[in-house]
Amino acid sequence: MAKVEVKVCLGTTCFVMGGSNLQELNDIIPQKYGDKVELSAANCLGLCSINWEYSKAPYVKVNEEVVSEATVEKVLEEIDKQLGN
Amino acid sequence: MNNMGQAIHLKKEILVRIIKAFLSDDFERQARLIPYDMRPKGMEVPYRCCVYKERAIIKDRTIAGLGFPIEEDDETVSLSDYAKQALERTQISDKNLTVLQTACKGCSTNRIYVTDLCQGCVARPCQSTCKFGAISIINGRSVIDDTKCKKCQMCVNACPYKAIVKISVPCEDSCPVGAIKKDETGFASIDYDKCINCGRCTAACPFGAVHERSQIIDILKAIKSDKKVIAMIAPSIIGQFPGNIYQLKTAIINSGFDDVYEVAQGADITANTEAKEFTGRMEEGQNFMTTSCCAGYNQLIKKHLPEIKPFVSDTKTPLYYTAEIVKKEHPDAITVFVSPCVAKRAEGFENPNVDFVMNYEELGALFIAKKIQILDMEESKYIVESSKQGRNFGYSGGVAESVKKSLKDEDSIKPCIINGLNKDSIKQLKKYATSGVCEGCNLVEVMCCEGGCIGGNATINNQKTAKKLIDNFTQNSEDISKI
Repeated sequence: MAKVEVKVCLGTTCFVMGGSNLQELNDIIPQKYGDKVELSAANCLGLCSINWEYSKAPYVKVNEEVVSEATVEKVLEEIDKQLGN
Repeated sequence: MNNMGQAIHLKKEILVRIIKAFLSDDFERQARLIPYDMRPKGMEVPYRCCVYKERAIIKDRTIAGLGFPIEEDDETVSLSDYAKQALERTQISDKNLTVLQTACKGCSTNRIYVTDLCQGCVARPCQSTCKFGAISIINGRSVIDDTKCKKCQMCVNACPYKAIVKISVPCEDSCPVGAIKKDETGFASIDYDKCINCGRCTAACPFGAVHERSQIIDILKAIKSDKKVIAMIAPSIIGQFPGNIYQLKTAIINSGFDDVYEVAQGADITANTEAKEFTGRMEEGQNFMTTSCCAGYNQLIKKHLPEIKPFVSDTKTPLYYTAEIVKKEHPDAITVFVSPCVAKRAEGFENPNVDFVMNYEELGALFIAKKIQILDMEESKYIVESSKQGRNFGYSGGVAESVKKSLKDEDSIKPCIINGLNKDSIKQLKKYATSGVCEGCNLVEVMCCEGGCIGGNATINNQKTAKKLIDNFTQNSEDISKI
């Protein structure tokens, strides 16, 4: 089965608007999903400059799915969905 | 760090919009449009009854962001007028907080309330436990007479059905000194004679009703002028932004400042001076000494705990020493302290070497408005590299550790830590002051916020991650004994 790729945006906007808290995923994801999920940090995914601007930051990409106003819970929910859990 | 996700998101968004408005061609018009840009016609209403109320509340929040008190707004003055006044003002206020009263309305008064779970039992432990005769039985159910109730909560604990509850007012409950109260009109107001500017109420209110009065416009005006503007960043800033503090320096310079100093530089002076003072006091036979770097604690001493003054270190704060150095090196510069909390606004106001204070959220908003990617920045070194201990000042235990490491005889110190001011820890400090003894300890480190400055009301990162990032970074910094 293909791995689920999670990219957490560490651009300034996402970080300041709440993305700082998503660093907890560094501990949670390996513990919960082992090697089924690959987590990486991205230096600005460019999503804040498209149409919603900063008001929907922070952003996380789970495969091609964009999670806006991301929280740890929202990201885990999306991962579960993609894993078919 | 503030846990009120949406309320804090909203406050930051408004700050970004205010800064963008200032940077635009027409500040006054853009400021006036903020509520309409955030809640355009036809938009689904996220929180309140209708879009008009949403806009009214956003307008109030914008007033605070422009630096004015919301309480004094009579609703006839437009945001463009406020923007104009903000541009024209030359003085800032010493009243650092303001309450958005329209948000207070939804919050019940602080009282003890018998819920429908009351079974009208035979034992009636609530009635027998009440020392004030406030509970009577009406129609087979317990009823509390609010005029007699002292809110001691004995009945809450006595009821076997857990039918009696304390209705909380989060701002009142969070305040360690009883300075914020919902008055008879149902609105919360702050008694500035009592307020120690700890900022707990700003973080506690789920409506985000308590705002800091921002100085961001005054700072942007200074940056726009031809004067040199210098940022002084608090030690706790490590871990609050992406990248390291060298990239952060470049980012701050790119956002318009002329130079950046680490306040950890002043923290090293504080630690060394405090260590000498500690040795002197112990030799004189004093039983204990408390630290003096926390602005919230210093306000507490002044307003509520003067009896502890003889035990408080006379050493100045890291900000004091840093600002003194900056003003000496750059006499014409305008200094801006970048702060984790509102208490430092009070300290900055009283110190002529500190012209303005901006908190981490405001600096973050400035980066967003200016589209600054910290991770893309080159590193800029600081003129003076600070020590590991100076950089660790921002978390609970860090100050005591730095004093210890600055002593000739490290074993002479027995520190104890007051990790957060609340009613209990204030009582404890009072006991130390009146008895002149602090059992088993001779250096009391006092931090107003739980966790230290990384728990300040305007921090961006959560404490656990922030602490980890500080430790990662400072393990490569020089030891204070080598500085």
